[in-house]
This record gives sequence, C-alpha cells and structure tokens, in this order.
Amino acid sequence: MPDATGLELYAQELSEAVRDSILGTDFHRGRATLNTEPAKTHAVLQQLRGKGYTFLASLHGVDYYPEEPRLGVLYELLDMQTVDRITVKARVHTDDPKIPTVVDMWPGANHPEREVFDMFGVVFDGHPDLRRILMPEDYEGHPQRRDFPIGGEPVLFTFNEEQNYGKWQ
Amino acid sequence: MEIERQPLSDFRVRQLQARDMLRGDLSDEELERYVEERVLLTTVDKAVAWGRGNSIYPLTFGLACCAIEMMTIVAPRADIARFGFEVLRATPRQADLIILSGRVSIKMAPVIRRLYDQMLEPKWAISMGACCSSMGVFNNYALVPSDKFMPIDVHVPGCPPRPEALLHGILRLRDKIQGHRREGWRERYDAIGTEEIIGDTASA
Amino acid sequence: MSLTEDYRRREESITLSAEPAGEGETHELLSLNIGPHHPATHGVLRLITTLEGEVVRDIKPIIGYVHTGIEKTAEDKSYWKVIPVIERMDYVSYYFNALAYCGAVETLLGIEVPPRAQYLRVLHLELNRIMSHLVWFGTSMLDIGALSVFFYCFRERERVLDLFEFSSGQRMHTRYFQVGGVMEDIPRGFAEKVRQFCKEMPTRADQYADLLEKNQIVIERLRDTGVVDQQTLLDLGVTGPLLRAAGNPWDLRKAHPYSSYDHFDFKVPVGTVGDNYDRYRVRHAEIYESVKIVEQALDGLPEGPFVTPDRKVALPPRHELATSMEALIHHFKLVTEGFRVPPGEAYYPIESPRGELGCFVRADGSAKPARVHMRDPSFSNLQALAPMARDGYIADLIASLAMLDPILGGIDR
Repeated sequence: MPDATGLELYAQELSEAVRDSILGTDFHRGRATLNTEPAKTHAVLQQLRGKGYTFLASLHGVDYYPEEPRLGVLYELLDMQTVDRITVKARVHTDDPKIPTVVDMWPGANHPEREVFDMFGVVFDGHPDLRRILMPEDYEGHPQRRDFPIGGEPVLFTFNEEQNYGKWQ
Repeated sequence: MEIERQPLSDFRVRQLQARDMLRGDLSDEELERYVEERVLLTTVDKAVAWGRGNSIYPLTFGLACCAIEMMTIVAPRADIARFGFEVLRATPRQADLIILSGRVSIKMAPVIRRLYDQMLEPKWAISMGACCSSMGVFNNYALVPSDKFMPIDVHVPGCPPRPEALLHGILRLRDKIQGHRREGWRERYDAIGTEEIIGDTASA
Repeated sequence: MSLTEDYRRREESITLSAEPAGEGETHELLSLNIGPHHPATHGVLRLITTLEGEVVRDIKPIIGYVHTGIEKTAEDKSYWKVIPVIERMDYVSYYFNALAYCGAVETLLGIEVPPRAQYLRVLHLELNRIMSHLVWFGTSMLDIGALSVFFYCFRERERVLDLFEFSSGQRMHTRYFQVGGVMEDIPRGFAEKVRQFCKEMPTRADQYADLLEKNQIVIERLRDTGVVDQQTLLDLGVTGPLLRAAGNPWDLRKAHPYSSYDHFDFKVPVGTVGDNYDRYRVRHAEIYESVKIVEQALDGLPEGPFVTPDRKVALPPRHELATSMEALIHHFKLVTEGFRVPPGEAYYPIESPRGELGCFVRADGSAKPARVHMRDPSFSNLQALAPMARDGYIADLIASLAMLDPILGGIDR
C-alpha cells in the first residue's frame, strides 16, 4: 500500500493533472483511499493506470444510507509490479446517479458495472450493454440499497401452516 | 458295509425336487406344493409400482452446494447404483425424478417449473437441502421455496444434507412409490390433536 | 453424390476466422441457447451462442440463476453470524470465503491472529484447495467425456471431507474459521490422518495423470484450444490458474503473503501457451504443491492459542465460564449482540483456487456489518470465456468452459 505520505503525494499529483477531481483522502488500517468527483473518475483512473496501477481488482458499490451522497462506487486498483493497492471512491446522489464507465480501459469492468447498476441503480455512461445481470430483467427496485426490505418468506409453524405462502395444491 | 449318510442339506433337497419336477416325477400334491412355494400373486398396480420404485431415473439437476453432495451419491462411497438409480439422464423427457439440489432463486423458478412440466408422468420431486424446502439460511428477497411453484414429494433437510441423508430421502421416496407409505411421526406415535396452539381457545 | 459434395464444399468455406466468406455466400448465424439446465455440471449458466455452422462466433453469458442475496443477508446479521452465510457463496472452496471475510474483519478490528491459528488456517485452506481441484478435475473430465476420472476424484474427495469432519464436525461449510483464529484446536489423531493422506495423495494424482496424459482424445481436445494471451486476461481482470497458465506467475500467496504463507516453501506452476492443456496442467501441478504445504504446516505447527486471546472478539473457552465472571459476561455479550467494529472499510484479498477472492467489509460502528461484498474470481473469469471460445467449435467451447472452472455460486452470490 502507499503509505500516508505517498497517498498525499498521489492526491497532489492527481489534482494537478485532473482539475477539481480529488475531494479527499483516507488512510485507515493500511488502506489508501482517494475520494473523487464522480464525473472525473475516468480521468483519475487513467492517470493512475499510467502510474502503474494497471489491474482493476474490484469494482463494487456501497450504499452509505443516512449520509449523503448516498451511493458510492469503489474501484480497487492493483499494481502488479510493486504489489501496491489503492482505492478510488466516487459517491453519487440517488437522484442523479451517473458515472462514466471504465470499460474502455478495462474490458473486465463490464460485468461488475452491470452488477452495480442492478443492485444500486448507478448508471454508467457509455456502457455498451447496461442491463440487469443478477436479478430478472423486469425486476423493479435496486435490492442492495439499505432501504430495500430484505424480503423473505415467514417461517411455517403449525399455527400458521395453513394460511402461508400457498403451498402448491 | 454300512455307509452313514448325512441328512440331506436344504440345497440338495431343493435340487432333487427340481430335478424330479423337470422329469415329471413329482406326484400331484407334491407338484401343487412345489408350485405354491414359488409363485407370487399380486395386483398389476403393485407389480408396476415395485418396478417403478426400483428403477428411478434421476435428472442431473444441480443448483448450488447441495449439488456437490448430490454428485457424491453417484460417486463410490455413498453409491446410488446399488439401488438401481445410477442412470442419470440429462434430459427431462427421459427422467422421472428431479432432485432440486440447492437454492432456487426467482430467476430460476420458472425454468424449473418448465423442466418439471417437460417430464413425463409418473414423476416425482425431491427437494434437497434447507434452501429449497423452506428458505434455509437465506430468508430474503432472492429465493423462492420450492413448495410455492411445484409439488414436492420428499423434503430432505440439511445444509447440505449428508449423502446418507439424501439416500435416506430417496429410499423413503421409493417406499412411497411402492406403496408402503411410511407414516409421519404424528401417526406413528399417535399424537394427532396434541398440538398446542397458543391463543387458540378451541384446542383441548 | 451431390448432397455430400455440397456439404463438404460448404464446410470448407467456413474458415476459423472472422473474415467474410467469398463468392456471394451468406453468413447464416444461428443463435443457440445453451440453457440454464444442461448436461455440463457447472451450475446454472446460460450461454447464448451465435454459431456459424459449428463454429462459435460470439457468446453472451447470462447469469443470475442462483442469485441468493448473500450480501444483503449478511448486512442483517452480526459479524459472527455472517460467517456461515458468507461460506456458502463459492460452495466448493468454503474455507477461502470464510478467510477473506475474517481477514477483512480482523483488519478492521486491528487484532493479531496467533501463529498456531495461522498455521491451522493454512492447513485447512490447502486441503480445501486440493478438494476444489479434485472436484474441478472430476467434473471437467466428465464434460470432456472421460467418465472414470470422476469416480477416482470423488473417492479422494471423500478422504478430504473425512479430514474436515474430523477437525470441525461437518463435511462442507464447516464454519471452522472465526474472527481471530479458528473455532477449535485440532483433535488428537488428526495429524496422523493428514500425514497418511499426504503420503497417498501424490500417488493418486499420478494415477489421474496416467489416465489422461497419453490419451489422444484428451490431448486433441485440450491442446491449442481456447488460447488467450496474457494481456487480454489482465485487462479482463482474470487471476488464478487461468492467468498462470497464460504465463504470468501472479500468485497472491507469494506476492503478498497473508496468514504466514511466507513461512512455507512451495512452487507456483506457470504455463507457457495459455491453452486448455496448460490450464489443466497448472491445476494438476498445484495439487502436489498443496500437499507439500500441508506437510510443512503439520511439521512446523507452533504451540499456543488457536484463537486470539482478546475476549471481546472471540468466545472464551468453556471451562472458564464456570470460574470467571468476566468470561461469562463476555460470552453473553458475544452471543447475543456480538462484538462491535469501529467504523472503517477494509478489502482483504486472498488466493482462492480460482483466482483473487477479496472481501470488502464496511463497518459503521454497530454489531452488524454495513456492507459485505465478495470480489469473486469466477465473476471476472467468466468474461474470459468469450475470447476463449470465439472462432472455435462448440466442442472447444465446452472444453474451455470446463477448464475455466466457473462456480456459479460465486458468480451469482
């Protein structure tokens, strides 16, 4: 991992290279995170790719429910030559959840971006085929948001076994 | 010289009887007794059910973790071939038993229903594991209990059930097909009507 | 016979390349659905293949048929109770799922795992790696048509499952790894049984190689089919034996050792060409390396506690509950509410039999995780199926799918 000072250096270089992109840095338990402006993530990731972080290990979404902006997209980057990891975090609001796609740099981001769209509702601009990947195509709602109910069937006991979930006749 | 003869063994007796029958040397009552000892009378239904139960063709249908345990019942240690069920067919049109092994998600439920509809009568279904029988470990938006969309004959609990447990479930299904329906525990221990439903004033 | 002549001529015109056929011949592209239920035993994967004759031009995988909402369920349970849920994700390599999650939580808590627990974890992980490769071997050879290998591999798998049952009580999904260490120490007699297994496993692996290596059909089906170069795989995010078969020796156990993997001496098999045969050889060789690691772990097993002594995180041993009041209170608190994790985010990657398995945990200070995400290797590896199968026959598609080793439970979560 780049240590805290290395992270600050990166933040400095990246704000010079791509203006108004870095909103902050985080260094917690050995993990370096760069918070970026959503519209500039593509440029930031391209810069980081130039610095050696050529492998996109993971692209996933997080719902920071009570805090706004709510939906976060995290990119875990890996530098295979120096075995360094860095995270880039971009947070969007639910009413305008748009982020540029990184499929042109890493074709392997295709399925993870579709999953983030399916589970959280973040729209990736420029994605070739943005449809639901894990839920059925016509499902309504974005399941992994924190305010989506967990669902499920009630457990059948003797007292409620007759009126529950319509056992197949 | 007296030769001591040992009394004839059972096998030898039967062998001599068979030899006499084939030669036509048995007297009338002996012949009748011979035939009675060797003929089984039954109804066609029972005979057919006996045959069906002993030659079930399971469908190769694995969904999740329980599928790995289902593969081990085909494997050497817990061997399903000793019961005659080793012919696993990949196409539903040739199979009679669908073992739902694993979690049934909402996307998969219509597919399974279609597979079940494609199977020819008579057909049976075993719901293996906790996830398809009830909701199992994951009681959430993505799963459907298999009872909701198709009739299930045997539920096998476990997460995943041991191969021996699944075999026990399959043998119970075989008993069900062959007609000796083993009773549930309520009937066996004569405990019907002993449920205590809290808040219900009608129960005794 | 003009019918066969026509057919042969048409066959010749389909070259294994994407160039258009000449002389006014049209492409007749057929969309074939290799549906969620198919004889290949790799779980419910649906492939929409576009075929030109018998040659595959494009593949679109459709997944989601085993989606279980594991990550959402994990948000609802306390940290300790998430472990059985998260184990059921990649259902063949369950110890790896548990380690990724426990590692992430341990990073967030900042606790140290004692060395004995680390060695025990490595022991069980490598046994699980052997077991996962055996399942892969059996089922993939079943797809290719070599049925008897299935029975041999599952016979060995039963031995490994017996060892798991010995140490933890369950065959699959054992919930043996806990946050801070392992659930229980290994019983007496376990070490001997494992040593016996390690003595016999290399001979057995040799037997499998003997069955297959000189078989003309296997060689023709696997050699030079499904070749993808290293750079495409890296762009797609593929790791694990697939990347190693293409020539890149990237293994997280060596590159970024976790859980004292740096104490062990083992090699990482790397392929040269990147075809299906190399993938088969890489995984086969990994079985021998894992056996070596298991033997070294047993030889060097240090004494000490098997779980962290921090009672706020790990359950106190049962005998203390009768004498110490504090132990009782800790036990009660841990079992009812669970431990609280200070707010933060952690991503813990490990090397699972399929590639880089990472677990992202976000904690918000309460007793339940706020987000658990597993970065599953098969999810990214599946995207490599399209370049592997393009411009090859359907039979090569099936062989590539078998050698890819997708586990749909991990893909769909």
